[in-house]
Amino acid sequence: MENFVTQMQGVPLNHYIIFCSIIFAIGVTGVLIRRNVIIIMMSIELMLNAVNLLLAAFSVYRGDASGQVFVFFIMALAAAEVAVGLAIIIMVYRNTKSVDIESLSKLRW
Amino acid sequence: MSELIWLIPLLPFVGFLINGVIRNHASKALIAVIGCGTVLGSFVLSILGYLEIAELREAGGVAAITSTLFEWFTVGNIQIAISFLLDPLSAIMLLIITGVGFFIHLYSSSYMAHDAGFGKFFAYLNLFIFFMTILVLGSNYLVMFIGWEGVGLCSYLLIGFWFQHSSYASAAKKAFVMNRIGDLGFLLALFFMLETFGSLEYAAVFSEAGGMAVGDTTILVITLLLFVAATGKSAQIPLFTWLPDAMAGPTPVSALIHAATMVTAGIYMVVRSNVLFILSPLSMEIMAVVGVVTALVAAFIAITQNDIKKVLAYSTVSQLGYMFLGLGVGAFTGAFFHVLTHAFFKALLFLGAGSVIHALHDEQDMRKMGGLRKGLPITFATMLIGTIAISGIPPFAGFFSKDEILAHAFQHHPIFWVLGFVTALFTAFYMFRLLFLTFFGTFRGTEEQQKKIHESPWQMTTALVTLALLSVVGGLVNVPEVLGGEQKLANFLAPVFANSDMGAAGMHLSHMTEYVLMGLSVLAAIAMAAWAYVKYGKNKEVPAADNSQQGILYKLSYHKLYVDELYDAVIVKPLRQLSVIFFKYVDKMGIDGFVNGVGEFFIGSGKGIRLLQSGHVGFYIIMMVFSAVAILIYGILHM
Repeated sequence: MENFVTQMQGVPLNHYIIFCSIIFAIGVTGVLIRRNVIIIMMSIELMLNAVNLLLAAFSVYRGDASGQVFVFFIMALAAAEVAVGLAIIIMVYRNTKSVDIESLSKLRW
Repeated sequence: MSELIWLIPLLPFVGFLINGVIRNHASKALIAVIGCGTVLGSFVLSILGYLEIAELREAGGVAAITSTLFEWFTVGNIQIAISFLLDPLSAIMLLIITGVGFFIHLYSSSYMAHDAGFGKFFAYLNLFIFFMTILVLGSNYLVMFIGWEGVGLCSYLLIGFWFQHSSYASAAKKAFVMNRIGDLGFLLALFFMLETFGSLEYAAVFSEAGGMAVGDTTILVITLLLFVAATGKSAQIPLFTWLPDAMAGPTPVSALIHAATMVTAGIYMVVRSNVLFILSPLSMEIMAVVGVVTALVAAFIAITQNDIKKVLAYSTVSQLGYMFLGLGVGAFTGAFFHVLTHAFFKALLFLGAGSVIHALHDEQDMRKMGGLRKGLPITFATMLIGTIAISGIPPFAGFFSKDEILAHAFQHHPIFWVLGFVTALFTAFYMFRLLFLTFFGTFRGTEEQQKKIHESPWQMTTALVTLALLSVVGGLVNVPEVLGGEQKLANFLAPVFANSDMGAAGMHLSHMTEYVLMGLSVLAAIAMAAWAYVKYGKNKEVPAADNSQQGILYKLSYHKLYVDELYDAVIVKPLRQLSVIFFKYVDKMGIDGFVNGVGEFFIGSGKGIRLLQSGHVGFYIIMMVFSAVAILIYGILHM
């Protein structure tokens, strides 16, 4: 275990931060520019996992396990979110025969 | 007895509560028994109280019994107690209120028998007696003020008793508003008294005031404010126009409230405050002038009125003016004596008028009466007594009291006597005019009415006969020295005027002058009566119809000197226009504009902002990201 931690710390923390930022940015961009609801869901997952990775990295570097506990919470939450989100998407598809986000523009003034 | 003083107001109040609750459920007989019974109880207690006071007076004491019920409130150094004062003045007032009140209750039980609001009527009457006894019994000005306001309320309720007629309802409002003007004066006077004397108890106020100089400005202000209050309640110029309109109420109400008791509250208050008034000669002078002018003006108007109750109403205003003349010239005893006798004969006259109206089924126009003396013998006889009494023909009650006031007026300044004398001429004329128009000649109403003419039932005639007896002998309680009397009333009341009496002791006229004055007024009254007889009895003249051509004096009198029109033009209309302006510009545009503007601002901005909710999820997400970025930047910048 000691060994593993040393190995992990071998990679500088900056690299983790930059890497996670890139993944997070990809997620945000995906959410913003794609119109397929499933792709948007996947982009959200990407953002969540970028944060997860960053939490795990900080946790290791600080020698504090509570960061990793957070990760578990977020994973559970993400699973639940996907379940609900996919269910909504299926219902939307059944009604509109489309998974285009623009087809959901009925709720407005 | 002195421990039971509180029962005197309480009994009518209990009657009010019971009658108020059961008014729609109980039989009329029960309501009448409760209504009359409670007042009778008060009357008996008042007699006992009077006897006790009389006994103390016999023994030469001051005879003032104060009974404090409880401390009402304490603010700073000021303590106000609910406490009652039984002294010669309040004892006699109580006798008038509960005694005359009882007979009027009895009368009402028959007069109002066919009215749907029978229970309500008795409840109000009992409430009135309650407040009136509170007014005269209070031992400080605040308790008096409670009664003062209360009787105003009852007056309002009873004038507007038949509120289905909108003109009656507005007469009630008029009375209430005019009384409020006077009440404001009372209230301000109370504040001044608290400031000056630090107390409202009569005893404390009067002993403090005793040490002040004659003509003190504060006293002047206080007395003038009190006098304003009195002009409102006792219908003096400029606040007298409500009283004739108050005749819209049932006739027993006119007799009880607007002749015998409530309207004399102003005189009672001034008599009670005699210590203050005597310190302010200017107020006294103003009071005398206002009183004599009111007496003259009202008598002048009464001459041409055709409504039997209106004549009596103006006569009441005129007699009240006499009383203020008496007060103004310092004849406190004389003025109070006139309150006493006036209560008898004016209540009698009103009840007699009520009996006539009752017999003719609500006909009040004297032009449609006449020849009633055969159909209504008891009413006629009693009315005749009342008329003689008010005209000042001896030995009936009015002569003694009126003469005492006139004698003092003469002593003060002959001009007051001349004006009072002219008023007395008018009085004799219009009263005998009323009598001859109503009871002599031939009947001028419809045949249907003539068939139904009937003497009133025993409840009404009992009241009439009793009051007639009192009108005959009432004057004997204060026969002046010059006629060999003992001035019993003056002696009885002496402690009340201990510091200020100008009554018996203040009379400096020679006996000869007094005889001449008396003789003149008696002769004049008889002459006027004779003239009225020739005009309306023998020649059977009937007042002309409303729209016929008449001389300017007749018109002035008939239209009540256009005072109502004047007030309407000078006060009511400008006020109304002012309120229209306030309504339109301040209320509608200013306040409503602001309140509605706030609402409309939010509605409008909501309309604009809701356009952001376009329904495009992509747009929401972009907004979310931008907002998150903005918050982030804000956080970084303010770290």
